Amino acid sequence: MDTKIAIETLDLYYSEFHALKNINMRIPEKEITAFIGPSGCGKSTLLKSLNRMNDLIEGCRITGRVLLDNDDIYANDDVNLLRKRVGMVFQKPNPFPMSVYDNIAFGPRTHGVKGKAKLDDMVEEALRKAAIWDEVKDRLDKSALSFSGGQQQRLCIARALAVQPEVLLMDEPTSALDPISTLKIEDLALELKQNYTIVIVTHNMQQAVRISDKTAFFLLGEVVEFNDTDSLFSNPQEKKTEDYITGRFG
Amino acid sequence: MTGLKAQLNRKLHECGRDPLSLFLLGCVIAAALITFMVLSFLLGYILWQGLPNIETGLFALQYNSENVSLFPALVDTVLMVIMALAIATPLGIFAAVYLVEYASRGNRLVSLVRVTADTLAGIPSIVYGLFGMLFFVTYLKWGYSLLAGACTVAIMILPLIMRTTEEALKAIPDSYREGSYGLGAGKLRTVFAVVLPSAVPGILAGVILSIGRIVGETAALIYTAGTVAALPDGVLSSGRTLAVHMYVLASEGLYMKQAYATAVILVVIVVAINALSSRLAKQLMKGK
Repeated sequence: MDTKIAIETLDLYYSEFHALKNINMRIPEKEITAFIGPSGCGKSTLLKSLNRMNDLIEGCRITGRVLLDNDDIYANDDVNLLRKRVGMVFQKPNPFPMSVYDNIAFGPRTHGVKGKAKLDDMVEEALRKAAIWDEVKDRLDKSALSFSGGQQQRLCIARALAVQPEVLLMDEPTSALDPISTLKIEDLALELKQNYTIVIVTHNMQQAVRISDKTAFFLLGEVVEFNDTDSLFSNPQEKKTEDYITGRFG
Repeated sequence: MTGLKAQLNRKLHECGRDPLSLFLLGCVIAAALITFMVLSFLLGYILWQGLPNIETGLFALQYNSENVSLFPALVDTVLMVIMALAIATPLGIFAAVYLVEYASRGNRLVSLVRVTADTLAGIPSIVYGLFGMLFFVTYLKWGYSLLAGACTVAIMILPLIMRTTEEALKAIPDSYREGSYGLGAGKLRTVFAVVLPSAVPGILAGVILSIGRIVGETAALIYTAGTVAALPDGVLSSGRTLAVHMYVLASEGLYMKQAYATAVILVVIVVAINALSSRLAKQLMKGK
């Protein structure tokens, strides 16, 4: 598998706090990579470094390199283009308070797509890819907030897909959802990895086992172990990993 | 009514054993009743005194001492509201957008602007009137005019619009902003396509309050817009709003009946504006 994102000697500080320590990782293309670890271990922080969402946080400082297709994203100034290529789905569903259609069309419109016919096509395509077209096709002009949490999260995935990203970052996308909605999102992720590189942060180890190809275990700002998911869970190389996945702490 | 009685009985029963609860319940109910009664007495009195005095003469195009027409004042009021809002709303909204979205946290300027705005909001309107007279009327040589009046009340309502917009913007969850940035939208698009539209109902609430203040304002207008009771030729001609019209009629003491009739019209206008704006807010919220 080709490497989509390469993280090299990355350190991240929130003011004085050293949140990520010397991270090195190669995230393979068109596979699902899961980040696991206890709360506050830095997994979400690393995820947000991959599309520079940390830029929005005051006092956040990063050293090292993050290469997307061999280009350092921190050397390039066009953050908006980066975020178009590396889309993001958040922990809590966050559709905008507008219609379903306007939500999905927001991204394409941001990037200059005009013309109703073209937008219509893009909206439908994105909703189909997110497997929610059949549920919303008759209610495109309804407020996105009138849908259930699980549907809202899939709308947010559709919204992210509408800008035609290459990578999809998912920050605990199912932690606010019920089991059935969670299952739907997981199925969707497995479906989407044919075309997209997916990085998912999860608190749920079973979820990592179910859907990911590779797993990274984080502890106190360091990557303790990064391996194929099967190997990491069946035969962990590090004592700390074993303790965590067998439920001795965390 | 029986439902209310049953509810009251149940409440009494609940509190029956505790004298303090009973006392507090009494206070709460009394306060609600008094508030309601004051309001209904006020409205009832105005309607009782004013309604019989509403005649077609009041709506004549020209004011004279025969018909005591309020029509010119009505036109002036509408013009005043439109002009003052046209000046203050964009300024207030953009100032609030800067303070909430652009200024960095802990910025000295932000707290300075906030303190200034809060102070301005607490200044009696006659002080604005004096300032307007010295600056717009005298120094800028606009004379007593609708423009001078509108500028004066615009300054007066600016803090109100700014502060309500600020609160509305602050109430927008950061997750909307993150979602927008995450899609590759820049700051400008995030603020104007996502955050500001979501804040419209809150902003509208501030605008409605402002309309109320403009319609009810007298002190700041007497010394800036003057008291001429004729239809205005343009923004530089003097004119009295309904509230000023009422004040003049009442202080002259010659046309108390017409003053009450004017009060009725004023009340009707305020109610109509409120109803209209809440409908507008609902319409805007439809897609949300």
